[in-house]
Amino acid sequence: MIRLGAWLALGLLVAAPLAIVLGMGFGSVAPGVPPVRWPIGPEGWQGSLEAWSLLFADGYYLDAFLRSLRLAALTASLCLVIGFGMALGIASARPGRQFGLLALVLLPFWTGFVLRLSAWVGLLRDSGWINTVLLSAGLIEAPLALLYTEGAMLAGMVHGYLPFAVLPLYAALMRRDPALEEAAADLGASPFTVFRTITLPLAAPAAAAAFLLVFIPAAGEVVIPELLGAPDSVLIGRAIWGEFFQTRDWPAAAALASALLAVLLLPVVLYQRLARR
Amino acid sequence: MRRVFLALGLGFLWAPILVMVAYAFSDSRSPYVWGGFSLRWFAALAANERLLEAAFLSLRIGAAAATLATLLGLLLGWVLARHGPFAGRPLFGALAGAPLVLPEVVTGLALLLLFVALQGLLGWPGQRGAVTVWLAHSALGMAYVAVLVQARLAALDPRLEEAAADLGASPFAVFRTITLPLIAPSLAAGWGLAFTLSLDDVVLASFVSGPGATTLPVYLFSQLRLGLTPEANALAVVLLGLAGAGLLGLSILSRRGRVETPPSRE
Repeated sequence: MIRLGAWLALGLLVAAPLAIVLGMGFGSVAPGVPPVRWPIGPEGWQGSLEAWSLLFADGYYLDAFLRSLRLAALTASLCLVIGFGMALGIASARPGRQFGLLALVLLPFWTGFVLRLSAWVGLLRDSGWINTVLLSAGLIEAPLALLYTEGAMLAGMVHGYLPFAVLPLYAALMRRDPALEEAAADLGASPFTVFRTITLPLAAPAAAAAFLLVFIPAAGEVVIPELLGAPDSVLIGRAIWGEFFQTRDWPAAAALASALLAVLLLPVVLYQRLARR
Repeated sequence: MRRVFLALGLGFLWAPILVMVAYAFSDSRSPYVWGGFSLRWFAALAANERLLEAAFLSLRIGAAAATLATLLGLLLGWVLARHGPFAGRPLFGALAGAPLVLPEVVTGLALLLLFVALQGLLGWPGQRGAVTVWLAHSALGMAYVAVLVQARLAALDPRLEEAAADLGASPFAVFRTITLPLIAPSLAAGWGLAFTLSLDDVVLASFVSGPGATTLPVYLFSQLRLGLTPEANALAVVLLGLAGAGLLGLSILSRRGRVETPPSRE
């Protein structure tokens, strides 16, 4: 009974929508509301491979995929390195302080996603805070082009996803047995050797999970590139968004989303394995 | 060394926020120019009816979505923790965890197409709006609640429930008087998390909402594309204050509750 209800909830809210996306990739654009013809109609199969052939027509979408994966990998690596350092710092603080430090990591998160991005726009734009300060200090003659660059996008991405890396790493570091590190130190290992041979291997599964927890959603990120990235650097999330909202080519959006799902299948399965440990 | 890393990381997280907070109190019409201290943007915020309307809609959807997400997440977490290795369990686990990691653009498009397909087949949900956003946010939130509930259930001491059952309590009575109170903290945390996710979501709401229902993040997103206003800075200060007060309350509560944490197997 209970299991049936759970299956129903998952079927309706997760499985069915994903299946419909996969199916819609074989639909075609048609005038009307909604602006599509489903691949299966009253007369049976009426699907087409139009959307998929568009995907492979030239290097445009392939480039978008590669750029997205590169940006996501870079974001996840930076979040992992910075997040590991921060998690270690919090985990080795006095117990009474840890809640406060975690709160400091989470509070910027609660100003709201869009407002945090607006802060970055304010920092980086030509008439923004950084350029105003540098200009009035006489360090530069003309405003630096900071906004709408890959760097701006990367800063926004790392800023947005950092808490997702810090929290699981902190949880993993708190679970470790301090006696192991103490034993290594007692036996004469230098602090760096202790870190390299004890702390790091113990945290490795959590680190891999944290990397994937950032990488997977970052690969399809829309809003951050939209507000901070260069208009001509097309990412796959933005391409899906554009096909849907601007071109109103729903099958193309669905085919792109299906392709993104296929690319992310391996990382998702890996993440779920790691998270179950 | 560890402290330096932590300080640098926190500095990176806070620098843009602090600049935004400072300029919320600037009298200038441009959000990047200091024009002397003023509270005018807070007054402007309070008078911005479209923004307030969007904020109230977001709060209503957030509360409703968090509630449904908690109920569904409890169901999923229960099955994951208590039903053993049933047929289809790997698929069940993968589906339950999917909304947690999938890019929002995929989830958003998928849920929109679900509503369009349902409309074609059943003539429901008619106009897309608050109801479809509510369902979409519930689908996202339930995955988070399920993880929390599953972890909590796995850590419970099974003897507590066994003792109640041995003393003649019906399965429902055991659940109501033993299990539910023990997992209540994860349900509360899950509710809060689902509420926050809903309140912060741009992408899902953009996909599944209709013209009549603009949530706060969607409104802010459209405003930000047109250009930043100092009102956004003022709003950030208000939200930061609310979140800070909430966390402070939570820390006081958790300090008080530390003595009576329920027993666990660990």
